[in-house]
Amino acid sequence: MKYLSEYRDPALVEDFLNEIHKITTQPWTLMEICGGQTHSLVKNGIPALLPDKITLVHGPGCPVCVTSISIIDEAIYLAQQPDTILCSFGDMLRVPGSQKSLLEVKAQGADVRILYSPLEAVKLAKENPNKQVVFFAVGFETTAPANALSVVLAAQSALENYSILASHVLVPPAMEAILSDESNTIDAFLAAGHVCTIMGLDEYYPIAQQYKCPVVVTGFEPVDLLQGILMAINQLEKGEFKVENQYARSVMPEGNLIAQKTIHQVFEVNDRVWRGIGNIPQSGYDVKNEFKKYNARYKFNIDIIAAEENKECISGDIMKGLKKPKQCPNFGTKCTPEHPLGAPMVSSEGACAAYYHYAEN
Amino acid sequence: MNEKIKVELQCPMPKFDFDVITMGHGSGGLLTHRLLKSGVFDILKNEWLDQQHDGAILNIQGKIAFSTDSYVVSPIFFPGGNIGDLAINGTVNDLAMCGANAEFLSLSFIIEEGLLMEELWQILYTIKKAADKAGIVVVTGDTKVVEKGKGDKIFINTSGIGHLHPKANIHHNRIEEGDVIIVSGNIASHGIAIMSVREGLEFETTIVTDSIPLNHMITSLLENFGENIKFLRDATRGGIASVMNEVAEITSLGIYLDQKQIPIEEQVDGACEMLGLDPLYVANEGVFICIINAESASEALNLLKGEKECKNASIIGHVTSENKGKVIMKSKVGGTRMVNFLPGEQLPRIC
Repeated sequence: MKYLSEYRDPALVEDFLNEIHKITTQPWTLMEICGGQTHSLVKNGIPALLPDKITLVHGPGCPVCVTSISIIDEAIYLAQQPDTILCSFGDMLRVPGSQKSLLEVKAQGADVRILYSPLEAVKLAKENPNKQVVFFAVGFETTAPANALSVVLAAQSALENYSILASHVLVPPAMEAILSDESNTIDAFLAAGHVCTIMGLDEYYPIAQQYKCPVVVTGFEPVDLLQGILMAINQLEKGEFKVENQYARSVMPEGNLIAQKTIHQVFEVNDRVWRGIGNIPQSGYDVKNEFKKYNARYKFNIDIIAAEENKECISGDIMKGLKKPKQCPNFGTKCTPEHPLGAPMVSSEGACAAYYHYAEN
Repeated sequence: MNEKIKVELQCPMPKFDFDVITMGHGSGGLLTHRLLKSGVFDILKNEWLDQQHDGAILNIQGKIAFSTDSYVVSPIFFPGGNIGDLAINGTVNDLAMCGANAEFLSLSFIIEEGLLMEELWQILYTIKKAADKAGIVVVTGDTKVVEKGKGDKIFINTSGIGHLHPKANIHHNRIEEGDVIIVSGNIASHGIAIMSVREGLEFETTIVTDSIPLNHMITSLLENFGENIKFLRDATRGGIASVMNEVAEITSLGIYLDQKQIPIEEQVDGACEMLGLDPLYVANEGVFICIINAESASEALNLLKGEKECKNASIIGHVTSENKGKVIMKSKVGGTRMVNFLPGEQLPRIC
């Protein structure tokens, strides 16, 4: 497959592996930020092919995992309102809220639809003028432009029945939160290629400098990941801490300026509670006041009491890279994809799910 | 209905009093009678249906297999087929996997009020074509109509019986270490064909369902390799990953797969990438897994590859005594991963 098979080429993979083995002299811990990267690594069996000295820990870059339990409860509340269609990306449906998941309320009769794009939800709102259509707008900077655009389009068409439940999270503040944690052991980051496709590289220079931590913006295919790892190890072995771009076929240094403009038109940066991690200042997007009629929280006057996380779930430690999924006493026993205690066991990008589905032993 | 996927009607639809199915068509009265007489009986005509009895009287001797399945696919029309041929091929194939050649089928409809008469006619016509292709007859059936909102256009149940092939000895307890695993064709085409027309996910593609009757192919395999064929299973819901997990679990043996050998059409692979689905778990309707002893494997593969519908058949792995109860796959890049049961439905990802 064009642009895919090239990045899964076994011969190239072997070349990169040989090079990584050759240059690695000390133990290093790398964190891949994005859950898509985690899954690709584990699905292709890459960790076992790396030198023993390299430890990969899995970052917080799974939007499903970090969406707080209160926001899931808000989505469930909205789905249960009369004449309301709640639209969501498929991943979110199985995530447990404090009482139940969207999949369960759907089974009980709520109109919950899986869509691939918020623009489909705008279309649905036009087709169903007698229903309220709410899009559950989760994700990192990657999904923010399309979600923002849906609001812009709804405003242009003067739609009265479209709104979004925004739950956007931002990568750089999370990286800083992880690096400032005293127990953190991370030597270098593989930054999330698609987030940087939108936002560019600028936000990462201060982080690399302040924490003396190499940041390599990396793609998602086996060859991308191995090249990213090689670039990071290369810097570490030389004592450097630069921002480098492995994923240059998608990431421009300045990012996608049109997408950024759309984000800033609709969203403003605010504090955000990350599931399992807690409040991180200035780490999320919410809908600006001028678009408040498209903000489901305002429109439906939601006032949900913040629910408590399941205390048995160690997802915070997992997402900060302090523990691996299999170090959790509940992994695969009390917590499985069918009966998850926390979100990382559910999502297609969650680290626990990756280990549950793909990792041997 | 998607205009592109309508079948060409080769015979005119009879004149009905209604354009849509109404509750009256399931009442057992005049409307039911007219629907059956000028619709179902005419199309599927055979000596058993002609008797218009409550059931079929069959003269059967010898060992037979018996299977039943219900079909609830949505949407009911999709690229390359509709719920009608699915309902025939599904039961024919379930019997084939037992080592039996389907002969007689029952056919029951649960129709939601409001189904277009033209759609029902198309489904019936497709059923007739599929039945002829598989060489079976529909000998008995039933039609019920439910109120709007209590069904999803149409549900179909088929049950079938057929004689067991004299050389068949299909049982999971005959699977041993060293046996070879063959897949009969490209995987995941059916599931992706359905996805491509599902509301909210529509995308342009030429991918069509792989739904075919497998009974002739299985008969030929059994004729040539008899007892050497130890296990057969069509990889429908849950895809080949689920079949392999069932085998690993029930035999307490390990399954080793080589991803490089698993055949998949490039377009289907691309669609799976885009949608965030793992093709190993995507449904097939005309693809089966055959576990055979190692000595016969390459000959059996050649026989399959000689048939147009199985030309992409491939040896994808073997049974091992390592990793008991688990399915392990060597990835294309050389690492290994576990292939697990799928929890619930595969859900599309965020980004």
